Amino acid sequence: MKSRIALIVYILFILLPIYWLLNMSFKTNQEILGAITFWPQNFTFENYQKILTDPSWYKGYINSMIYVSLNMVISLTVALPAAYAFSRYKFVGDKHLFFWLLSNKMAPPAVFVLPFFQLYSSVGLFDTHIAVALAHCLFNIPLAVWILEGFMSSVPKEIDETAYIDGYSFPRFFAKIFIPLIGSGIGVTAFFLFMFSWIELLLARTLTATEAQPIQVIMTRTVGASGIDWGVLAAAGVLTIIPGIFVIYFVRNHIAKGFALGRT
Amino acid sequence: MKLNIKDRIFFLWHAPCFLYRDSYPVVINITITMGVNMSLVLENVTKIVEGQTWVSNINMTLEPGSFNVLLGRTLAGKTTLMRLMAGLDKPSEGRIIMNGADVTGKPVRERNLSMVYQQFINYPNLSVFENIASPLRLARMSEKEIKERVYETAKMLRIEPFLNRLPLELSGGQQQRTAMARALVKDAELILFDEPLVNLDYKLREELREELRSLFRQRNCIAVYATTEPNEALALSGNTAVLHEGRLLQHGKTAEVYHRPTSIETAVMFSEPPMNIVKSKVTESEVTFDETVHFQLNKDLNHLTPGMYNLGVRASHIGLVPHADDDLELPVTVDLAEISGSETFLHVRNDHLSLVLHLPGVHEYAVDEKITIYFPTHKLYAFDLQGQLIHAPARISGV
Repeated sequence: MKSRIALIVYILFILLPIYWLLNMSFKTNQEILGAITFWPQNFTFENYQKILTDPSWYKGYINSMIYVSLNMVISLTVALPAAYAFSRYKFVGDKHLFFWLLSNKMAPPAVFVLPFFQLYSSVGLFDTHIAVALAHCLFNIPLAVWILEGFMSSVPKEIDETAYIDGYSFPRFFAKIFIPLIGSGIGVTAFFLFMFSWIELLLARTLTATEAQPIQVIMTRTVGASGIDWGVLAAAGVLTIIPGIFVIYFVRNHIAKGFALGRT
Repeated sequence: MKLNIKDRIFFLWHAPCFLYRDSYPVVINITITMGVNMSLVLENVTKIVEGQTWVSNINMTLEPGSFNVLLGRTLAGKTTLMRLMAGLDKPSEGRIIMNGADVTGKPVRERNLSMVYQQFINYPNLSVFENIASPLRLARMSEKEIKERVYETAKMLRIEPFLNRLPLELSGGQQQRTAMARALVKDAELILFDEPLVNLDYKLREELREELRSLFRQRNCIAVYATTEPNEALALSGNTAVLHEGRLLQHGKTAEVYHRPTSIETAVMFSEPPMNIVKSKVTESEVTFDETVHFQLNKDLNHLTPGMYNLGVRASHIGLVPHADDDLELPVTVDLAEISGSETFLHVRNDHLSLVLHLPGVHEYAVDEKITIYFPTHKLYAFDLQGQLIHAPARISGV
């Protein structure tokens, strides 16, 4: 019973800021700036309405989703064969290469902001979705390779050989047998790719101006002449959390497996 | 690419075959080679991995329709040799010839073979039916024929009730049967079994071994079966190849290899418990081991030229009661009575030699108990000091 109370307190503590965000998003600006109220006194959907009708707001979501999906597709298509090679073949310097990939993940993105900006500006990729998606590959591909390699190594090599003996070609074996076998691994990887790309701000802000501006950037630029629009900002925050909740919901069963099987 | 219109249409028509080269060659293999006698020849096959020789200079001919047992301890090179036969690995030296054609560098999926591993290897995401059907599907067989064959094979291996389940929902024995069914369902020229029964319990092992043997009587393919157990090789009969530390010691009919091992190594390897080897001096009239025990040279051994020999005697030939008049009586001390199943391996010694006896039934002896054993003087193998067979006892019924 004691531990349950502790758990409830802990969960309340964790959920408090999220509740407060939700609370704010249904309030008017006057109420937010007035005395503390624990639930909206004048319940309103106006804040959400504004976001869902104003293109300068909802475009941000669309932009974010486009580059996040693009990034997930690119990362997975590159990482799947790479992880397979790392898990199945021995080649000169494989261990060093694997470590180098991981160390890419350790470098702060700020280091890469300037070169990316200069490079993409000069080749005309600046302010496009693909620019952000490619930039995020910098840390997402190593991550994907790392997670997938763990999953692939848990599949016995003999399954590959049996498939070749049965007469499968490599692409067919990979698509029909191997991918379904590591399905949960791919789900977990996709989740992490989504998460890192969705919350990343620095590269996304630097590499976009108007056309491909992600939601987080729009959120940070809501300080207008009339001050900060607290309610709308809170509503935007809630809407930013929702896709994450969806993704977690779909991979929730695989996540535990992923942590168990993946390399630690 | 300059093609006339006819060629272009041909190309487009067959494009799936060019793109997915999977099944195209396999179809050809199966249809052409079905029922044709195949032979597999290994020529000076050597495999060296990172400076270590895993198998060295192996010459072997596997006859069509034969059942071959690869016998050897762990690390003897059995698996390596099988992988070379299958084409999963390439030999460092030497050639592999299948039915007269050199297949050394041929990719495994273009060959017509199947393999069963020690681990239970199935496709976990496919049902048992689809697991068994997979080689047939890739051979573009008609749905009707696939069904027929899968049911027939499943029936043979008694996994018919589980066809709709996933492999991981089955017991170990059933999983291994599924793997075997997949190996047997196509008419492979070469079927490789890499210690397939090791991970099963004793009863199931005997049962499956028996089935396996009878399944192969009706087939005309080359079967290769790796095992560490001499008794399994004897039970499977056929041919046996004894491997030791990457070398092929002897290859021939199982009974022949058992009764006439060409070297001490083979003799020791191919008996459980190992054959007793006693260093002895043979003169014109008598045999002496370790300067204490003498017996009259009998007509069995009298063609040996006088000198030093290694005499071999099977553990099962030494008895606690005399079997023949010329059996040599030896007082010994018990070291250990090891009970294996319903048999007893009795380790005994005297001042100069230690021996192992293989006794039927369960016997209990105290350590250091004094007993008398009877050493058969007419069932002796004689090897020279280099370990080559000089003399084998005349074959008597029962081993």
